Amino acid sequence: MRPWLEKQLHLIDFTLVSLARRKTKNVGLLLAYTLIVFVLASLSLFTHALRSEASYVLAGSPEVILQRMVAGRHDLIPAGYLERIGRIRGVQKKEGRLWGYYYDPVVNANYTFMARPASEVADGTIMVGSALARERGLAPGNTISFRSYAGKLFGFTVAAVLSPDSELLSADLVLLSESDFRRFFEYPEGHYTDIALSVANPQEVRTVAAKLSAALPDSRPILREEVLRTYQSLFDWREGIVLTVLAGAILAFAILAWEKASGLSAEERREIGILKAIGWETSDVIRMKVWEGLIISLTAFLLGGIAAYVQVFHFGAAVFAPVLKGWSVLYPRFTLVPAVDGLQIATLFFFTVVPYTAAVLVPIWRAAITDPDAVMRA
Amino acid sequence: MRPSTLVLALLAGLALAFAVIFGHFSGSTATDAERLAANRALVERYGLTDLALFTEARYTRHPSQADLHSAFQDHPAALEHFPTGSLVSPRSLPLFRDAPLAGKTTSPD
Repeated sequence: MRPWLEKQLHLIDFTLVSLARRKTKNVGLLLAYTLIVFVLASLSLFTHALRSEASYVLAGSPEVILQRMVAGRHDLIPAGYLERIGRIRGVQKKEGRLWGYYYDPVVNANYTFMARPASEVADGTIMVGSALARERGLAPGNTISFRSYAGKLFGFTVAAVLSPDSELLSADLVLLSESDFRRFFEYPEGHYTDIALSVANPQEVRTVAAKLSAALPDSRPILREEVLRTYQSLFDWREGIVLTVLAGAILAFAILAWEKASGLSAEERREIGILKAIGWETSDVIRMKVWEGLIISLTAFLLGGIAAYVQVFHFGAAVFAPVLKGWSVLYPRFTLVPAVDGLQIATLFFFTVVPYTAAVLVPIWRAAITDPDAVMRA
Repeated sequence: MRPSTLVLALLAGLALAFAVIFGHFSGSTATDAERLAANRALVERYGLTDLALFTEARYTRHPSQADLHSAFQDHPAALEHFPTGSLVSPRSLPLFRDAPLAGKTTSPD
């Protein structure tokens, strides 16, 4: 064991000296390599963490939401619609919900207004999301006025600001009483935005949706599983889009790495020739190059991975925020719960470390089996 | 110290840091679990359905509730112009989304 270990250490020593001779080129390669791993790992960690968080918190959303469609568009639930649903077996509770959007020209932002029972939010008061409070400089006790779509001015007192921890869900939320909501948006009495139904048994949700579709052909039931699926596919798509944008850079790196790993420079060729001439075996030369490939790719993978983790979970994924923000004025500040998918990390390892180390081998083997004299003269 | 020992020690250190960070610090701490539970309770209480990630347009605020052709809602053939439109995927629903529900029941309960 000991002579073998000693031999490997000598090989590594030699590899490092050889790498140091082409310092600029190798440091450049290591940096580019680390950067690529960093971007890919950040993307993978960020989307996985967002997906996990979305599927965990949204698992509490209503089992079924019933919208009414008119000419293919979402319309208000008219009076008497709730009663028409009747009593469907399995449905524990059905309640009309009131919510809508309000565009605030002061900060050019869209808010989500949602009505709550008077027991939670008193008339004339509102509860606001913390991103909104930050943007408008609001604190509990302040008053704020909104001009309704009918042109009337409504003043509200801020009763509370929702916890900043819930910003990912409530950044733009304005909770107000039902009567305020109806007055503000001039909602006809008895009308609702949609209906939320809670179903006790998850096995029955599809049956309930089928019954709703049959009873109310103009309705569109949205199941909780569809909400969750939307978020799964949304982040898959987003990851795909960023990967597509990055494809050029990844390809450029692949060409650079391939060229570096598989094409031998005249200097390297001569080096191999000399090593062979002084008595190195083909297997030693190959071992030396494997160590070279492993040292570069492992360092890049580990450094890139650690940097990605720190960036995503401690610096709020600052690299992706501008892409995600789009034109949103109200963008939530949030820290994600570190969720790491072992398979993703293994895949990243496999696609970064293994190809580079493997690419090193072919030309070395070709050069190493050739006659030393021919290699040195070439 | 030999360069090989130094590099191997450095690599071992990095590998250890990687394993500790990804292995030990991943998963939720008590504070995280508390925050997640509070957020889930908020979702249940207010019946929320979407993350507040894309607040720029009405139909990107609630991707799970938006109607199927919301990107063209301003007028027929209006092209999508909000940046989020390129980030939010089309809904992954079958073409005839009510097909699995059709014919299952003949009358309401």
